[in-house]
Amino acid sequence: MSEYIVELRDVRKSFPGVVALDAMKLGVKPGEILGLIGENGAGKSTLIKVLTGVHRPDSGKIIVDGRERVFRNPEQAIEAGIACVYQELNIEKLLSVTDNIFINKWIRKGALLDYAAMHKKASELLKGLGLDVDVHKAAGLYGMGVQQMIEVSKALLTDAKCIIMDEPTSSLSEKEVEQLLKICRGLRERGIGILFVSHKLEELFLLCDRVTVIRDGKYVDTRETKDWDNDALIKAMVGRSLDNQFPKEYGKRSEKPMLEVRNLSRSGVLHDISFRAYGGEVLGFSGLVGAGRTETMRAIFGADPIDSGEILVKGKKVKIRSPRDAIREKIAFLTEDRKGQGLVLAESIQNNLILANLRGFSRGLFLNKNKIRTQGEKRMSELSIKATGQEERVSQLSGGNQQKVVIGKWINTDADIYIFDEATRGIDVGAKVEVYQVINQLVKEGKCVIMVSSEMPEILGMSDRVIVMREGRITGEMGRETDAFNQEDVMKAAWEV
Amino acid sequence: MKNKWNGLANYIGTFAALIILCAALSIASPNFLDKTNLMSILKQTSFNALLSTGMLLTLITAGIDLSVGATATFGACVAGAMVRLGVHNPIVLFFSVLAVSGTIGLINGLLLTRLHLPHPFVSTLGMKNVLWGAALIITASQMISFSNTGAEGIMLLGSATILGGFPISFLVVLFIYILMHILLTRTALGRSIYCAGGNMEATRLSGIHAENVLTFCYIMSGLMAGFAGIVSIGRSGICNGANAIQPYDTDAIAACIIGGASFMGGKGTMVGTMLGALIIAVLRNGFTLLSVPSAWQNLVLGLVIIGAVLLDVTRERMQRNKRQKEAGQEKGGEKA
Repeated sequence: MSEYIVELRDVRKSFPGVVALDAMKLGVKPGEILGLIGENGAGKSTLIKVLTGVHRPDSGKIIVDGRERVFRNPEQAIEAGIACVYQELNIEKLLSVTDNIFINKWIRKGALLDYAAMHKKASELLKGLGLDVDVHKAAGLYGMGVQQMIEVSKALLTDAKCIIMDEPTSSLSEKEVEQLLKICRGLRERGIGILFVSHKLEELFLLCDRVTVIRDGKYVDTRETKDWDNDALIKAMVGRSLDNQFPKEYGKRSEKPMLEVRNLSRSGVLHDISFRAYGGEVLGFSGLVGAGRTETMRAIFGADPIDSGEILVKGKKVKIRSPRDAIREKIAFLTEDRKGQGLVLAESIQNNLILANLRGFSRGLFLNKNKIRTQGEKRMSELSIKATGQEERVSQLSGGNQQKVVIGKWINTDADIYIFDEATRGIDVGAKVEVYQVINQLVKEGKCVIMVSSEMPEILGMSDRVIVMREGRITGEMGRETDAFNQEDVMKAAWEV
Repeated sequence: MKNKWNGLANYIGTFAALIILCAALSIASPNFLDKTNLMSILKQTSFNALLSTGMLLTLITAGIDLSVGATATFGACVAGAMVRLGVHNPIVLFFSVLAVSGTIGLINGLLLTRLHLPHPFVSTLGMKNVLWGAALIITASQMISFSNTGAEGIMLLGSATILGGFPISFLVVLFIYILMHILLTRTALGRSIYCAGGNMEATRLSGIHAENVLTFCYIMSGLMAGFAGIVSIGRSGICNGANAIQPYDTDAIAACIIGGASFMGGKGTMVGTMLGALIIAVLRNGFTLLSVPSAWQNLVLGLVIIGAVLLDVTRERMQRNKRQKEAGQEKGGEKA
């Protein structure tokens, strides 16, 4: 009989081209809070999805209460007693609290629903968590903290033995966090095991009995919390050497900054962001997912409004209210969401390539078909976009080739400042190198490249300078020539208070 | 070049349907191929083809304009009310109607893009009812005749013919279709319309004021509907506020969908829409020739519309399957 209520043994899960989990192990004891921590992309989400029956592992065992289980779907995981409170809550905001708790688990009286009984039970569940909530009211009327507890109540209703909390504090206020921690301790006393996944080191130290670290889809270490400290955790999360997959080349850095951002702020999102980016250099932006990097770039590009702050392009103060203004100032922005924000999937390569500069491809009133065609050919061979021709729909291309189309679209605007937000996400290694080579080429032409990336090796491999962000603030800046230009120092700036 | 032929191939099915329909009707009714009858079909096509123009633009942007029929009726009623008030100058009437209908389109566009009403389905359906009521109010719920008022000039567009019976209205429609075809296929604005329908956010982030592009489409839809209203005056000699709830909108949607447009946006052409409008006019004309009771006419047209939507969905699915199959083969090929 295992000492764990839920255990993973030697689990492997791969997706086409990527091994997300390999020889992964993990065990949650009844009545304990186990912390789980790892870098962006370390495999936390995949691990959660394997535990909750969303993904089936290729090999390895899931053991619940001493019995090996195979989950064909999420319902079976719930039946086995594993519940998850996801970062994105599944709350129907317009339905009552009771309706949310009892979704698909209704108490019936004959053919009808027994609301009296359900309201009573819902009320009891929440009281047990120390909350006094009017369960008749719409769930959306309550704050994130209560909504989370509605999710926990759902779990308790199914007699969960293990509750997974995925970044539960990321959208809570300080007071709500305190309450959540209290409730977690209460659940522990009831003998429930909690897997607490968090980016916030201080919370792990406050709450957890033990902490497990994973890295690159592999198990690293598990220790009693008292045997960990900040440095040890970060070292365990990083602990890999940089291999030479980055064909870094250097450009000539411009005398004056090409882009200067002064005191950019947006209430609750960005706080006093200031930095300079130069021509002929790659400025990396590192930080955890949700640190405000994408938000900073969207603000610079005019995609989101700002409350205050100034933007200077080549020393001149500019007003950017929309992406159109930004493009006029020769800024290009490759969004992190290639399919949702970068491409019109149903359109051809050619039509996507011209999208950001339709005026430039027009002669008088009409589109200049010749220019569009010759320029299209040029971009396709330059960027080695593999397709049957310019007329091929971009939806048919591989991720790497799609990304190259987006890059081509921006090169077609003749921009000077290129913001690449997670430009290599979800594309294969070969295509990644091709993207790096494009970045090299741009830098050699004296263009300014800002590279937002959650992949540490990429940031260190390609940047001339790195800015680190955490919770909407800039928390560090290190040049390639300095001693601080290493994984541990960047990680510290990204994780520590 | 290859693309051009692919483009034509898309119309072959629709074109064949039109030919088969005509062949069947010419056998069923000896009067079908009669010149007067054919000209009358073209006349009938004009009205729906104009409404379909605006409808197509909004469909391409993944929207819809359910107020086109009511806008046309309201436009005609505005002309009628002005005649009653003593305005007889056809030019003044003509531009007044266009100004009013263009404004209606502008309001539809602003409701969507500036006030962020969820889907134009709701706002334009509301607008349809507003216009229905307004049309009855300004005409005091009476039909207004344009004959013998001194304002007959406004009727020319819908009634005049040249070359021994060819309706001017259809010539004008052809001219508008050619212009719109060029706009959609050869200009930056046309590209923006398709791309806004395909992916609004990507279009916005590419520096295109997608909101303005959408508003433009609804203004055009209003203008075209107003134009159709003027054509309807010429055809019937009257305006009637009660017509605002005729199923003109569904006919227009059907024409677009039969012609290859999709409710998902990003698709549709003027050529296809013209074929769609012709099919519907021929169908309606055939019913009249064969004295099909109006109840049955409604029923069959309803089925045609459902069939067209079904066709749209099936077409999408088939294309998706085909793409997946091709993608699968490619991957397999790479491995081998």
